[in-house]
Amino acid sequence: MSFAWAKQYEPSNGLMRWVDEKLPLPRLVYNAVGAGYPVPRNLNYMWNFGVLAGFALVLQIVTGVILAMHYAANAEVAFASVEHIMRDVNWGWMLRYAHANGASFFFVVIYLHIFRGLFYSSYKAPREMIWLLGVVIFLLVMATAFMGYVLPWGQMSFWGAKVITGLFGAIPLVGESIQVWLLGGFAPDNAALNRFFSLHFLLPFVTAGVIILHIWALHIPGSSNPTGVEVKSESDTVPFHPYYTAKDGFGLGIFLLIYFAVVFFLPNYLGHADNYIEANPLATPANIVPEWYFWPFYAILRAFTFDFILPAKLWGVLAMFASILLWFFLPWLDKSPVRSGHYRPLFRKFFWFGLIPCILVLGYCGGAHLSPWTIALSQLATAYYFLHFLVILPLISSFEKTEPMPYSITDAVLNADKKPVLGENTSPAV
Amino acid sequence: MSETSASAVADPNTHAATADGTTAGAPGGVRRRDFIDIAALSAAGVGGLAVLYPLISQMAPSEDVLAESTTDVDVSAIEPGQAIKSVFRKQPLFIRRLTDAEIAEANSVPLSALRDPETLSDRTLEGHLSLLVTMGVCTHLGCVPLGVTEGENRGEFGGYFCPCHGSHYDVAGRIRKGPAPTNLVVPEYTFNTDTVIRVG
Repeated sequence: MSFAWAKQYEPSNGLMRWVDEKLPLPRLVYNAVGAGYPVPRNLNYMWNFGVLAGFALVLQIVTGVILAMHYAANAEVAFASVEHIMRDVNWGWMLRYAHANGASFFFVVIYLHIFRGLFYSSYKAPREMIWLLGVVIFLLVMATAFMGYVLPWGQMSFWGAKVITGLFGAIPLVGESIQVWLLGGFAPDNAALNRFFSLHFLLPFVTAGVIILHIWALHIPGSSNPTGVEVKSESDTVPFHPYYTAKDGFGLGIFLLIYFAVVFFLPNYLGHADNYIEANPLATPANIVPEWYFWPFYAILRAFTFDFILPAKLWGVLAMFASILLWFFLPWLDKSPVRSGHYRPLFRKFFWFGLIPCILVLGYCGGAHLSPWTIALSQLATAYYFLHFLVILPLISSFEKTEPMPYSITDAVLNADKKPVLGENTSPAV
Repeated sequence: MSETSASAVADPNTHAATADGTTAGAPGGVRRRDFIDIAALSAAGVGGLAVLYPLISQMAPSEDVLAESTTDVDVSAIEPGQAIKSVFRKQPLFIRRLTDAEIAEANSVPLSALRDPETLSDRTLEGHLSLLVTMGVCTHLGCVPLGVTEGENRGEFGGYFCPCHGSHYDVAGRIRKGPAPTNLVVPEYTFNTDTVIRVG
């Protein structure tokens, strides 16, 4: 958004003036992430993760394109070609570990980004479209990560492909045909590996396109902020550059320190040892689990063990997809006029003591060995997960007594230690 | 549409003359020109679908995948109580020779106790009650159940156990416990000779 006080682009020399007259690309960048984009002055470090997610995508694309120069998408040689990258290609071991762990770190920052949005209700009007596009990006990234994991053609790759395409097989009537179509055969084989490679290459660029829409949509109302109070005047904002380029740069430095510590010292910590065994279509590993970032959803899938009107298998698949698809309705499920969780005592309790433990429990159960009590636990957590979004959120937003909010962003910053200006027991519409 | 077009045909000049595209004289606001719009869009739509179809259809199994039709397996060396794993259409195929005790056990299960009711004789060829041929593909999400090789976990019902999501199958390969909806699939097969079966 261009607030009235946003700085205007001034070409600094003749060349830039010439470019600006022909194609105002420098002006676009200046207005998007430069000094021409005023941003709330009170953003905390939770607002770092959008940039970090963008960085992670670039990292994956760059390392991915390079790995594709040495990888062979053929079931006969795929596994060997990855080992060739690890042993023979210059710096191949580093690039491969950077890509594999890059996926994990991509999901770390995406999850933090999503939960930032959930706590500060960044999905509320007028930012619904940003949220909806974000959910699309999340689905794209999950699909991309799944297909990427198939490419090394290890045991987990093969059986992951079998199980995940098997999800579509649960759809009544057309399911089997869809699964056969996805695999290009009756079990994962060369045809499946080959097309997954093609689509794994394609989807990151689709994701990049949707990210452009995501940022475009963000720049219309401008960034949300920890108070949830909209920008009222120039004193509420600072120009994106240099204030947030510097802050994001610092956050990026911390991110890279942790990321490279893992890449260099614990490169296999987040992976699964069984994927160092070449795919064997005749034997399933005893404990087949997806990558950690899919565990919560995998736990929801496995929570349905009994037939109830529909077969258990279909319930699991429906519940797993619904657990993400219901995010599309979130802006309309949470009706509270107050945006930030800071001023919503009841919401806060359900967020920290309901939703967060629920997701952690689901994550644990999704990665754990199946046992009667992990099944019971994941059933409990699955029930709470849906209850939270479909019942608790709509309910508390109708009767919750919210806390007094600051008058403005500036007020929140300057009077952080004083009583709010608007007095007690008011919940002004934002 | 037919009535209004009939009236439009009756007096075409009125409509042809409306240069601004309004339909002053046309009952229901339908003009002959609307037909051109619909026809053009329909042709473009059909053309678009005709382009889309091969782009989607190319992902379906190719001819060489479909050509892997039959497999011959020699079953003479399988002793009662033993099982072997073979390959049919690139998927595991389980062939088990049941002992008399196992046949009796399978026959003693009442059909009402089964999720997917089938008797052992439904699942074997006539006169070969002891030879159980099934796909080694769990009907839940497609993993290979354990239980063929000596010493593997055969589950609570002495048949097969799927390690992925804990489905238990009995000695006749019938689902007894866990998330799998149906019994292990019995592929079509016939006896070529007394000892060799042809699957597919």
